[in-house]
Amino acid sequence: MNGDLAIDVTGITKRFGHRTVVNDIPMQVRQGEIYGFLGPNGSGKTTFLRMLCGLLTPDAGSGRCLGYDIRTEAAEIKKHVGYMTQRFSFYEDLTIAENLDFVARLYGLPGRRQAVDQSLEALGLQERRDQLAGTLSGGWKQRLALAACMIHRPQVLLLDEPTAGVDPKARRDFWDEIHRLAAQGLTVLITTHYMDEAERCHRLAYIAYGNLLTRGTVDEVIQAAGLTTWEVSGLGLHATADRLRGREGVEQVVAFGNTLHISGRNPALLEASVRAGLKPEHRCDRVESRLEDVFISLMETAKDNWAK
Amino acid sequence: MSCRAFSFRRFWAVVVKEFIQMRRDRLTFGMMVGIPLMQLMIFGYAINADPKHLPTAVLAADNSPFSRSLVWALRHSDYFNIVRVAESETEIHDLLQRGEVQFVVHVPVDFEHRLLRGERPSVLLEADATDPMATGYALSALNSLIEHVFDRDLKGPLASLKARAGPAELRTHRHYNPENNTQYNIVPGLMGVVLTMTMIIITALAITRERERGTMENLLSTPARPFEVMIGKIIPYILVGYIQVFLILLAARFLFRVPMVGSLPLLLAVMLLFIAANLSVGITFSTVARNQLQAVQMAFFFFLPSILLSGFMFPFRGMPDWAQAIGEVLPLTHFLRIVRGILLKGNGVADLAPELWPLGLFVLVVLTIGIKRYRQTLD
Repeated sequence: MNGDLAIDVTGITKRFGHRTVVNDIPMQVRQGEIYGFLGPNGSGKTTFLRMLCGLLTPDAGSGRCLGYDIRTEAAEIKKHVGYMTQRFSFYEDLTIAENLDFVARLYGLPGRRQAVDQSLEALGLQERRDQLAGTLSGGWKQRLALAACMIHRPQVLLLDEPTAGVDPKARRDFWDEIHRLAAQGLTVLITTHYMDEAERCHRLAYIAYGNLLTRGTVDEVIQAAGLTTWEVSGLGLHATADRLRGREGVEQVVAFGNTLHISGRNPALLEASVRAGLKPEHRCDRVESRLEDVFISLMETAKDNWAK
Repeated sequence: MSCRAFSFRRFWAVVVKEFIQMRRDRLTFGMMVGIPLMQLMIFGYAINADPKHLPTAVLAADNSPFSRSLVWALRHSDYFNIVRVAESETEIHDLLQRGEVQFVVHVPVDFEHRLLRGERPSVLLEADATDPMATGYALSALNSLIEHVFDRDLKGPLASLKARAGPAELRTHRHYNPENNTQYNIVPGLMGVVLTMTMIIITALAITRERERGTMENLLSTPARPFEVMIGKIIPYILVGYIQVFLILLAARFLFRVPMVGSLPLLLAVMLLFIAANLSVGITFSTVARNQLQAVQMAFFFFLPSILLSGFMFPFRGMPDWAQAIGEVLPLTHFLRIVRGILLKGNGVADLAPELWPLGLFVLVVLTIGIKRYRQTLD
């Protein structure tokens, strides 16, 4: 292994027909790190994860996952990686315990029964062990899926939008669990659309239309964007927003509840435009750009090379 | 207004949406057009309950003008197509055993001699009666043929022989199914039909379901290899297939009293090849079908000609050449000959060889396509 990098790949590329779905993406993830992988829908996140866990073969690029070559040692990688798919992909007509038992058999776990019991215990699913997986609510399904992809004690966990459609309480519990596991040395690569989740990651990468746009810690990503943001509050914000859009230096105007966030890369121009566009009853303050401002800005400037 | 019980606009919205979806689902649309067309072709052109031009061998031990007349008349009747002139009794037996001919017309040595003496000698017609439907019409046609076939030869002083009930007598010998029992033919054949249905539909469904529900992706992210997944999914259904066969064999033996002349272990062994043929079709379909509905439709698309063109419901030899050519490709056609051959005729491996190699070839070709496509769907 190279230092303590659990995942170390470069130039990963995947094409489907003429479409380049993942274009020359590097990724380095340290052991025990929670790495957030963000980007708009259809940006190639899932395809990238599938290449990391050996489901797809990259058209170009190379690297290692847990020290195994991703091109030639997919079989070894699969033994030490847990992959949780975007959609619930266990058997709805098997019970929770049967699902876990099936997965444990696939990995050939020694002491299978204990492993299943332990995993049920750890996730608090013991009383529900004989319930059919199909009858579980979204939150419970997600816990089951996590339990199933953790049962073989993987060193790397790949989670593809694990919290989509899960309520806030369950999401928080889920993240506490992820942090606990990471503290024990598990490396987690997770895709998400939620900003609060992105902020809970140690480091982030943002891709759009297959291209890597930025990466680093939350602060680094915000710094690198070089964005200045003003927050405006008051009445008639909708009309104000329309007025501000398209002015010099104003790159984006986004409504956040009762406030507007106006961002741009040229601070002087932006300030002049904001002040000129406001009415006396409006309050405006310069605020720290938030991750969300940065991502929306990135998303809008990214060239959509699929759309005409 | 909006609370009307029936709104044409709302109803029309649903109709339009259905048409859009129908157009998107090309396969379903193709099946909706294809299946009626196929039925039309099969029922309209291929099926014939009154099969003609049945392959016939002649063993004329008596080389007289009379037997030549008989052969000539047979040649010119619609029902018999003389494909062989046999030399010996054993040859006749082999031809029938392997199903190469449907009938053998056997003219005895002293036929002319006895006919001229007015002894009403008999012509022996040996029939492969495993499928009574295939032979019935031909037998009655031959009966009336024999009445007048010698009219031209019996002239002058011999004309008096015509006056009697008939100068010669036809004796028929129905081999393998002397009582003309249709069940003897249908019940063993049913094994093939049931296996075709179960094996194709179930395998196509089982694999498509795994993909449709997204569980396949999960399976393949574990160390499980595609081959292990495939075999693991199929084996339980093979077992189910054998249970079905076992039930049908029990019913055949004790309810329908179907004779079982041949070797049951041989039947069960050969059945594995037939099951493999159907599984390979199921696997190939599952790589094409995008959802379970399509998988069922495709299975049905294969099942229909299997039932109609294999000789299960209608005599194989009654069909035109193009339909027979399609039938020869279908695994069920060969399996029917095998199962009837073993149970009713007591065929051994050597007799079955002409049916075994097409099955083997079918498995090889279809499985290759299936595995190739299966690989593609992963990447």
